[in-house]
Amino acid sequence: MSIQIKNINIVDPSTNTNKIGDIFIEDGKIVEKLSKPADEIIDGKDKTAFPGLIDVHSHVREPGQEEKETIKTGTRSAAKGGITTVFCMPNTKPVTDNAPSVEYILMKAQKEGKVNVFPIGCITKGSQGKELAEIGILKKAGIVAVSDDGQPVANSQIMRRALEYTKMFNLAVISHCEDKELARNGVMNAGKNSMIFGLRGIPNQSEEIMVSRDIMLCELTGGKLHIAHVSTAGSVELVRQAKKKGLNVTCETCPHYFTLTDDYVQNYDTNFKMNPPLRTQKDVDAIKEGLKDGTIDCIATDHAPHTLEEKNREFDTAPFGIIGFETLLSLTLNELVDKNILTLSEAIAKMTVNPAKIFSLDTRGSLKAGSAADVTIADLNHEYEFKKEDILSKSKNSPFIGRKFKGCAVMTIVGGKIVWTLKDGIIN
Amino acid sequence: MSFNRKDLLGLEHLDKTEIQTIIDSARPFKNMFTRSIKKAPALVGKTVVNLFYEPSTRTRTSFEVASKRLSADVVNIATATSSVVKGESLVDTAKTLEAMKADIIIIRHTLAGTPELLAKNLNASIINAGDGFHEHPTQGLLDLYTMYEKKKKIEGLKVLLVGDILHSRVAKSNIWALTKFGAKVRVAGPPTLIPGKISELGVEVFYNLDEAIKDVDVINILRIQMERQQENLFPSIHEYVELYQLTKERLAKAKPDVLIMHPGPMNRGIEITSEVADCSSAVINEQVTNGIAVRMAVLYLLAAARKGENYVHSN
Repeated sequence: MSIQIKNINIVDPSTNTNKIGDIFIEDGKIVEKLSKPADEIIDGKDKTAFPGLIDVHSHVREPGQEEKETIKTGTRSAAKGGITTVFCMPNTKPVTDNAPSVEYILMKAQKEGKVNVFPIGCITKGSQGKELAEIGILKKAGIVAVSDDGQPVANSQIMRRALEYTKMFNLAVISHCEDKELARNGVMNAGKNSMIFGLRGIPNQSEEIMVSRDIMLCELTGGKLHIAHVSTAGSVELVRQAKKKGLNVTCETCPHYFTLTDDYVQNYDTNFKMNPPLRTQKDVDAIKEGLKDGTIDCIATDHAPHTLEEKNREFDTAPFGIIGFETLLSLTLNELVDKNILTLSEAIAKMTVNPAKIFSLDTRGSLKAGSAADVTIADLNHEYEFKKEDILSKSKNSPFIGRKFKGCAVMTIVGGKIVWTLKDGIIN
Repeated sequence: MSFNRKDLLGLEHLDKTEIQTIIDSARPFKNMFTRSIKKAPALVGKTVVNLFYEPSTRTRTSFEVASKRLSADVVNIATATSSVVKGESLVDTAKTLEAMKADIIIIRHTLAGTPELLAKNLNASIINAGDGFHEHPTQGLLDLYTMYEKKKKIEGLKVLLVGDILHSRVAKSNIWALTKFGAKVRVAGPPTLIPGKISELGVEVFYNLDEAIKDVDVINILRIQMERQQENLFPSIHEYVELYQLTKERLAKAKPDVLIMHPGPMNRGIEITSEVADCSSAVINEQVTNGIAVRMAVLYLLAAARKGENYVHSN
């Protein structure tokens, strides 16, 4: 099977490419040129191609919470968002702290998935924060990083050991930074709005204290630290300083943290409830600044599906999290590129070459010859409204329903196969 | 008449005219209380449900009496908080009530935003009878009504709220109502019980009650809840009493004609001495009477707005 994408605007930050040209795909790989005429020719006129987008933070919920999402539905949702690789967090049921769990996810992805699914393993057994998980065995089974996402490692000694131990595998430790005691019972950002709405607040410092601690432990150990979903101005500054010192620290943010503020919580709409919570305009501005100056390396979704029943309830008792696969690219284009925060190439780098480098995905995040043929084709001028009935995720908990966007994926190619097009939907 | 809403969820989003309409409508109802027949037919054939997820005597009874004096059929449902988490969801419970053709649902809940949740999901009118730390609009209205009655004018009044401002929906509703009418609001309490951003609502913050009390026209004392001590928000009731109890000595620093209010239930000997609670400046029992009149006004206005069916949806 070979594909030629003709006369397309190629934006590939890994090679600083930004020009009209052709992309050749043969046997699941990007090639310089085809050995025989292409089986399929795609007209690239008025379209833009990037390396397939990599989302380093998602919850695909399988196994154990299939009512929210499955690998089948989640990867379809990702494909529609132009995402060709998703990392899935280990807080499944059971948690991914053992090789069979990793193998199950990979097997399911192979059978039913539409995009690459790379599991993240637990840092500690049961994500209990007490003893290190068998990270070496997990690595052999196929994990790309470790994290106790949602259950941050409270004990500094254990976090230290995790950062030390993972060095031999060159695995990043992804830290969900939250001081659970300081954040206790909080359901939204602590500030004027939480006071007015009568909801308990989560102060910025509950994130920043742990960002500081983990940066210090990174300095102590020389381990590889990746900070998940940065949401505050203070965290951005801490990472900026750590990078200046030359520490092995990277971080990500999510589209909602550069798009929304805690003002949106005012109707107690639980689709604006996530952890970390939406912060203030000052934080949003700092996130954008961090994206611009390179402090923030990646844009990830923290795709966190929850059922309608779970979300249509009291703000306090509804679960944290929103879906994000299907809005990642459009939000990045409209909020960052169109507003001149990032160039298109800089924005795409944060979802392609940067995550590929941080997590050592050697054959991904690039359209260089020899790379896996994961390609996202976008129409930057396509205008549409994000509608609930169009969502492919099993859950519909998005704060962006009804929002109008300009620019989105129109075709997603994974391993040389067209898996989704805007025109025909999922290709089986 | 300028009150055209489906629900009463809080005072934050009401404008001054709407609040004034409620206050003005309450007056004739209060006058009715001295008549031998304390009943009006305004809500004949309407079903009012008191859905209380939190213990309450005063507010629940007040709404019940108010509804009955307007000739409505009243149903009281008291649900233990635990069932919120365990059993039927709040939305389903309320939908069941709506299926029984409840016209107005009055909800009291430990969690903020629950009245909004019902308002979004139901066609029945929702009245917030206190939701978590958010608002208690009818308490704010009855406090305002009482101040109006005693002081004739709200603008320029110095009103002091004392105690646990952080967890107080009464404080919040008072602040919204009073600031809209031009009162000068002060709050006093330990920094752990005063939200850091409260001054952005246009109120003055005091940690020292003796300073805060100087020249005030009204003191509204809030109940201190014993469980706040376990959260380390203050070291002991003993120390709280020392620093924040309203005593006769402290009261001497206020204006001579100061009004003393308390939303109840009172902890005598803790936030207020019995001597002060029972003195001639205290209007705590009148607040209760006024509460019925104000709640009748709210029920009456919501029912009237429903008749037109052209009310403004809250969300």
